[in-house]
Amino acid sequence: MVLGRLLRDDRGGQAMLAVLLLVAVLVPILNLVVPEGNPWHVSTYTVTLLGKYLTYALLAVAVDLVWGYLGILSLGHAAFFGLGGYAMGMYLMRQIGDRGVYGHPVLPDFMVFLNWTELPWFWQGFDMFWFAVLMAILVPGVLAFVFGYLAFRSRVTGVYLSIMTQALTYALMLAFFRNEMGFGGNNGLTDFKDILGFDLTNDTTRIGLFLASALTLALGYLACRFIVTSRLGRVAVAIRDAEARTRFIGYRVDHVKLAIFTFSAMLAGIAGALYVPQVGIINPGEFSPLNSIELVIWVAIGGRATLYGAVIGAVLVNYGKTYFTGAFPEAWLFALGALFVLVTLFLPKGIAGLFSQAVTWWRVRRPRERTARVTP
Amino acid sequence: MPTRIPLHRGIWISSLLVLLCLFAVTRVSAEGSETVSFEAALIDLSDPSFAVKQAAVDVIAASGDPRAAALLQALAAGQLYVRDADRALVLVSPSAGDYRLRDALDGSELGEASRREVKKIAINNRMRTQLRTAIAALTLASPDPAVRLRAAQQMLGDPNPLVIQAIRDQLEEEENRQVRDYLTLSLALADLQDPATEIRLRGIDRLSGSLYPAARNGLNRLLSAETDPEVRDAAERARTHIERMRSLNEAAETLFFGLSLGSVLVLAAIGLAITFGVMGVINMAHGELIMIGAYTTYLVQQAMPHWIDYSLFVAIPAAFIVAGLMGILIERTVIRFLYGRPLETLLATFGISLILQQLVRTTISAQNVAVQNPSWMSGSLQINPALALTYSRLYILIFALLVFFALLVILKRTALGLQVRAVAQNRAMARSMGVRSGRVDALTFGLGAGVAGVAGVALSQLTNVGPNMGQAYIIDSFMVVVFGGVGNLWGTLVAGLTLGVANKLMEPWAGAVLAKILVLVFIILFIQKRPRGLFPQRGRAADG
Repeated sequence: MVLGRLLRDDRGGQAMLAVLLLVAVLVPILNLVVPEGNPWHVSTYTVTLLGKYLTYALLAVAVDLVWGYLGILSLGHAAFFGLGGYAMGMYLMRQIGDRGVYGHPVLPDFMVFLNWTELPWFWQGFDMFWFAVLMAILVPGVLAFVFGYLAFRSRVTGVYLSIMTQALTYALMLAFFRNEMGFGGNNGLTDFKDILGFDLTNDTTRIGLFLASALTLALGYLACRFIVTSRLGRVAVAIRDAEARTRFIGYRVDHVKLAIFTFSAMLAGIAGALYVPQVGIINPGEFSPLNSIELVIWVAIGGRATLYGAVIGAVLVNYGKTYFTGAFPEAWLFALGALFVLVTLFLPKGIAGLFSQAVTWWRVRRPRERTARVTP
Repeated sequence: MPTRIPLHRGIWISSLLVLLCLFAVTRVSAEGSETVSFEAALIDLSDPSFAVKQAAVDVIAASGDPRAAALLQALAAGQLYVRDADRALVLVSPSAGDYRLRDALDGSELGEASRREVKKIAINNRMRTQLRTAIAALTLASPDPAVRLRAAQQMLGDPNPLVIQAIRDQLEEEENRQVRDYLTLSLALADLQDPATEIRLRGIDRLSGSLYPAARNGLNRLLSAETDPEVRDAAERARTHIERMRSLNEAAETLFFGLSLGSVLVLAAIGLAITFGVMGVINMAHGELIMIGAYTTYLVQQAMPHWIDYSLFVAIPAAFIVAGLMGILIERTVIRFLYGRPLETLLATFGISLILQQLVRTTISAQNVAVQNPSWMSGSLQINPALALTYSRLYILIFALLVFFALLVILKRTALGLQVRAVAQNRAMARSMGVRSGRVDALTFGLGAGVAGVAGVALSQLTNVGPNMGQAYIIDSFMVVVFGGVGNLWGTLVAGLTLGVANKLMEPWAGAVLAKILVLVFIILFIQKRPRGLFPQRGRAADG
């Protein structure tokens, strides 16, 4: 069975998927069936929060795929996430129809406000859900493809590539802040009403989005797992560890990089598309360089090159963020900053590394008691 | 005996005293007679006869009294009244139906009066002309260049022959260049209104290439009414010439703004050129070191509020030391464990940048703080009427160059610089030659951080100082260093200035934000073409 092959040596992944399945079953029940007031009741707010974490987790998996297995530290994945989000946001804007403040049948409010008379060409087609989803995948994909094609062909690597991806995000942020771009400028896209005819404020819609996020995360995880365990994945690891050697052996390094980088960007786009209907807004702040770096730290904390570690890191850090910004808003940046420093200094393999270290330690200790010590 | 004055010296002193007294008496009597005629003329001003009034104006104009100009200006403007009760001259401004009175001579408030209590001093057209010339002559002769300049600006293009004569007289002895320019311009503009064709042509000739807006307006006015084809032709040519000169000056101004922006970029990036370029450390907290420098300026100014003019000279070394020590602290506690792992360094220093930002927010304020500009930083250097360079930008441009060359000297001419380059090229070899690489690393990083702090002092004079200011510069700084070529200080200088000028050149037609985006996109594409920047390192160091 394919699933078995993918997860054979992936204890962490098995555990993560099992927990994900459990959460995906329990949360809707606890939200819909258990009545409010019962201590077991999960509020819709929490459901949405969990859904948001899951989309972040998918984004982190996408980053881990390129950083952990390909050695590319992309500081531009928030941009792909944001582009996917904007594509979905445009669909949701079109769904508002004439229910906006100005009541224009076609144009979103901000365009009426800017005195535009007709829909710009790049807004055409976004009234169809399938088109928006396609664009949420294609636009980040094409951008990553073009950027990656140029960068990998001329062998821009390491820190240079990181800074270039950061510049890309920064340029996109500046561009989306401009009102003339036609994406709502500073305010972004918001005030969404419904998706596929379902009211976005409805509990069942929220549960639906949550389940969709969980399902997509599972599928995305398996897809990444598929790449990692395939021959392509092994070449990718070879490139990460010794790029020049892999090239001399005869592998087309830039093709491998381009394929995985583009796939990762598409995954980030999907995560963005799932994120927007749950949080109800998308604005240029999503492109801020801070976001891109922050999500790298999720992966670093969870454990690089494990995939499931990315999920753990994303959920943990974001839970911490939600908690800290609520309880001690002053302390959050201190905590995040300290995390960056401490994890890179003392926890190079992240939380997943801690697990595997503990397991190895356990396994090595046990046989030692029974048999003679084997020198390494 | 020290107390006794010898006799002959006593005689000398007493005769000197007598002389002084005599001199003083003559001075007083001379002033007295002037005052008398001035006062008499004042009384004559309220005489109903225009002839008497004209004579009085002449006396006042010739009196040399410092109050004369203001008085005549008030008369010409129709604000000079005489109070019936005591025949005193008053300045009048209407207030709620009544008049508010001020003394015409010393300007003191005299309270309100009804319309019946005062009488306006009437003037006729002849008096107006007479007044205009008298005022022109009086103000043009003022010892204060600012007053002369204002006078010259007010009578710009006045075709009255008497005014022209006054201008010609003044022009012969005028020493202030700006006033001279205005006077010449005034004569040329007056020429334009002359009925004689050759005089008009002379005026056009003089105006050609002038950068004063009045010159272009004068030519436009002439062209709207002129019929003589020869004059029209000359005027057209002169106007084209003016346009060309103006656009030339505009280009110079754009260049200056570009260089100014470039100098800011160079300042922000130059510390990074050391930490990133020479040491290979990705320091994402670089922007926050700049911020620390700016906040040091703020704190220095808080400590010496009465010495703002000198605060920057204290702030520059202070910022260097504070930011440098912070840099050494960062290097010793974090970065030193991460050499050879650039991506991890990037993440760790980013964490430090977050901590520093929050530290400033918590300890000082989350809002921007007000850093004052010393008085010598404000104002601008007027090159010509169409081109003015603001001092703050000019000084910062010079300052950036100074910092750059100082760093160049440190790296190329000092023992520390030699060690820094040795460690950067081959750490193991340098160590085996006895270089204490750990100490060199700390000092190099401290140097880069200190320079960032100094940059912060300069930037505090141009932009807002707040907890987020560092983030605005970090990406630009990396762009500059990468564009210039890592490990090359000259590359950083050229790249910074080039990007600044390119940005400003694009701004007029693209807008500020789009220009910035285009520059970013350009650099992204440029790095694809030349991954090692404008001036790549060659040889062994390049393999690093």
